[in-house]
Amino acid sequence: MCLAVPAQVLEIEGAIGRVSLSGVTREISMMLLPEAKVGDFVLVHAGFAMQLVSEKEAEETDALLAEMNGAPRTVGDLSGTVSAMEAAGAR
Amino acid sequence: MADKTVQLAHGAGGKLSHELMEGLILPAFSNAALDVLHDGARLTDLSGRLAFTTDSYVVQPRFFPGGNIGKLAVCGTVNDLAMTGAVPRYISCGLILEEGLPFAELTEILQTMKRMAEEAGISIVTGDTKVVEHGKADGLYINTAGIGELIEGTNIDPRSVKPGMKVLLSGTLGDHAATVLAGRHGLSLPEDIKTDCAPLAAMVQGILAAAPHTACLRDPTRGGVAAVLNEIAESAQVGIRIEEDAIPVRPAVQGVCDMLGFDPLTLANEGKCIAFVPAEEAEAALAAMKESPYGQEACILGETTEEAPGTVALETAIGGLRIVDMPLGAIVPRIC
Amino acid sequence: MTRPEERELASRLVAEIRRMAAEYGRPLRFMEVCGTHTVSIFRAGIRPMLPESVALVSGPGCPVCVTPDDYMDKAIAYAGRDDVILTTFGDMLKVPGSSSSLAEAKAAGADIRIVYSPMDSIAVAQANPEKKVVFLAVGFETTAPTAAATVLAAKQAGLTNLYMLSAHKLVPPALRALLTDPDVQVDGFLLPGHVSVVTGTEVFSFVAEEYQVPGVVTGFSAIQILRAIYRLLQMKCAGEARIVNEYESVVTAEGSPVALRTLGEVYESADAAWRGIGVIPKSGLRMREAYASYDIERAVPIDVPEGIPAAKKGCRCGEVLRGIIEPPSCPLFGKACVPTHAVGPCMVSVEGVCAAWHKYGQGRFSYGG
Repeated sequence: MCLAVPAQVLEIEGAIGRVSLSGVTREISMMLLPEAKVGDFVLVHAGFAMQLVSEKEAEETDALLAEMNGAPRTVGDLSGTVSAMEAAGAR
Repeated sequence: MADKTVQLAHGAGGKLSHELMEGLILPAFSNAALDVLHDGARLTDLSGRLAFTTDSYVVQPRFFPGGNIGKLAVCGTVNDLAMTGAVPRYISCGLILEEGLPFAELTEILQTMKRMAEEAGISIVTGDTKVVEHGKADGLYINTAGIGELIEGTNIDPRSVKPGMKVLLSGTLGDHAATVLAGRHGLSLPEDIKTDCAPLAAMVQGILAAAPHTACLRDPTRGGVAAVLNEIAESAQVGIRIEEDAIPVRPAVQGVCDMLGFDPLTLANEGKCIAFVPAEEAEAALAAMKESPYGQEACILGETTEEAPGTVALETAIGGLRIVDMPLGAIVPRIC
Repeated sequence: MTRPEERELASRLVAEIRRMAAEYGRPLRFMEVCGTHTVSIFRAGIRPMLPESVALVSGPGCPVCVTPDDYMDKAIAYAGRDDVILTTFGDMLKVPGSSSSLAEAKAAGADIRIVYSPMDSIAVAQANPEKKVVFLAVGFETTAPTAAATVLAAKQAGLTNLYMLSAHKLVPPALRALLTDPDVQVDGFLLPGHVSVVTGTEVFSFVAEEYQVPGVVTGFSAIQILRAIYRLLQMKCAGEARIVNEYESVVTAEGSPVALRTLGEVYESADAAWRGIGVIPKSGLRMREAYASYDIERAVPIDVPEGIPAAKKGCRCGEVLRGIIEPPSCPLFGKACVPTHAVGPCMVSVEGVCAAWHKYGQGRFSYGG
């Protein structure tokens, strides 16, 4: 469960902050993440900043890309799923 | 009149009703057919095959970025006529006003309706006004009905959709719903995000001139593109396959969707058109859409297939495939 | 990453998953314990990309689905009082109780307001001092601290008319219950990324250490989910069972100290009933005595008659929630039980397993076996 999205902190006043996601802003509570500063990216769930979002995401992806480099690409086509669609239509 | 409000007596048919009519409504909508103030409008210049439609408007809030309930009431009915392949001609305006509605608000809404009617090239020729007690109508409700003349040589019918046709979409998804819903849940939108509400009659005439064999046109309002595609797939008994990467969504609208857990495919639009066009006319139809100020971001969303009749499938960004189902109804934010 | 790069990476991951699945040679069942994962898996169309021998099954990770009937009955009963305004996440609106739902109560005139944040209840309480405002506090470790923080904020503001109707649940005890259930067979877990933001990864180490089942904490994009499946297969092929954190941008070993402290200030663990599973020791949260005045059940007790669950005969949500059967095996699925007329909660919640099957597959695709 638990829909949560990363957003950037625009301002903080006491326990209330305002965050932005693609230009959409909302007031949220900073009670659970008092260490957050203006400019930080934070994970927002149910109107609360829950955690700082670090740069690790990009690092993780780079590491995975390196790991996959040279791995074969043998199932790029959708043949399996298309036949499933046809089966669905036939039924 | 600045701080005047609507009273019950404004709907009672007496002196105050007359005042409302003469002071607000007639000045806004004035035209030859309406000014007669008869029980109904006599329309003497219609010919050929006609299209007829009606819709009611109850949106909350009544004013939102880029428009108000009046803009919706005119554009919605104009667009419903346009989607049948008709040139809209006349519409009616039924107002249900709540006691206490500020005249200033009503005036602004009526002026917006007037402007939209002018842009769409139609006249508001008949109407009705009722006033209900405070607390019974969210400010105001509007009903409009419209009549249009079907364009010669066209035959818009969901059942004309055949496999191998292209599915065109005239622009970005979800702008209207995101604009209305964001405010309800404390979200503020960037200034360039507003309702897409617009009259599409001219665009549709352009499409039909460029692609006369267009099989079907629909405006994806409530239920969004997901509902329209499912309805067409079902009634035409074709499969529809669209590509996730082709779906145009503004980043801020996607932001609203991410925050509140919405799917842009199910969000309402008020100024978009979906067209089912034979493959050989698709490029011409796309160019015609792009000629309209309301079709700048038009695209080919996908195509109809013989496989999986009645089913809408979406090829996902990573190359997976899933069903796009009929949306369930009320759109409420979720946390999970 | 551009879209073509993402697609390229996805196809390489799938190729590796297929290669390793063939190498492993036996069928594998991986369970996602988070409803948002369930939805992401369907939305990205991941199941049809996987080899037949790799099955993804869904666990009890949808808070709405595991909430028992009697909680909904209580919520509906409170909503029916003239002096109560109920605030809730949109998810709960259509969940059936034993004979009604909040949506029906709302249609009958109950004042029920959908909020995006528990904090939004504070403004409702301030604007309606003559009413008791009751927030339906459901959810796992991610959401529970937000309810706890709301209670603390209400206390600070001196509000005396805001209450919680609590049914929070904890994930690790549920995993232990699944792992000890002989009917449940799981070869690896996709662990809930946003629960882990709060709890950290350490709390899941027993899964690998005591039960030799590997787990990967992961995020919610298609690539992150494929990567987690890939890691699980790597561990299966190597004969390893570890808990791996693949969501390091927001998840740490120890979790969020402030969220955990806030949670612990207001709540203490307690036995809790899970729909379909029964009572699991120490798997729920109860408000501490010091905050009893914010607990509507203690502040304003209400008697709710035992429900009549006869209408739900045949519903197999309980087995679906434990990953024992897939939705189409339930005799009601797609027939008596559809999203518009849900019998069981797995069909009603957006992230319910049955709803996801119905919405994105309808059982019409032969998803991965």
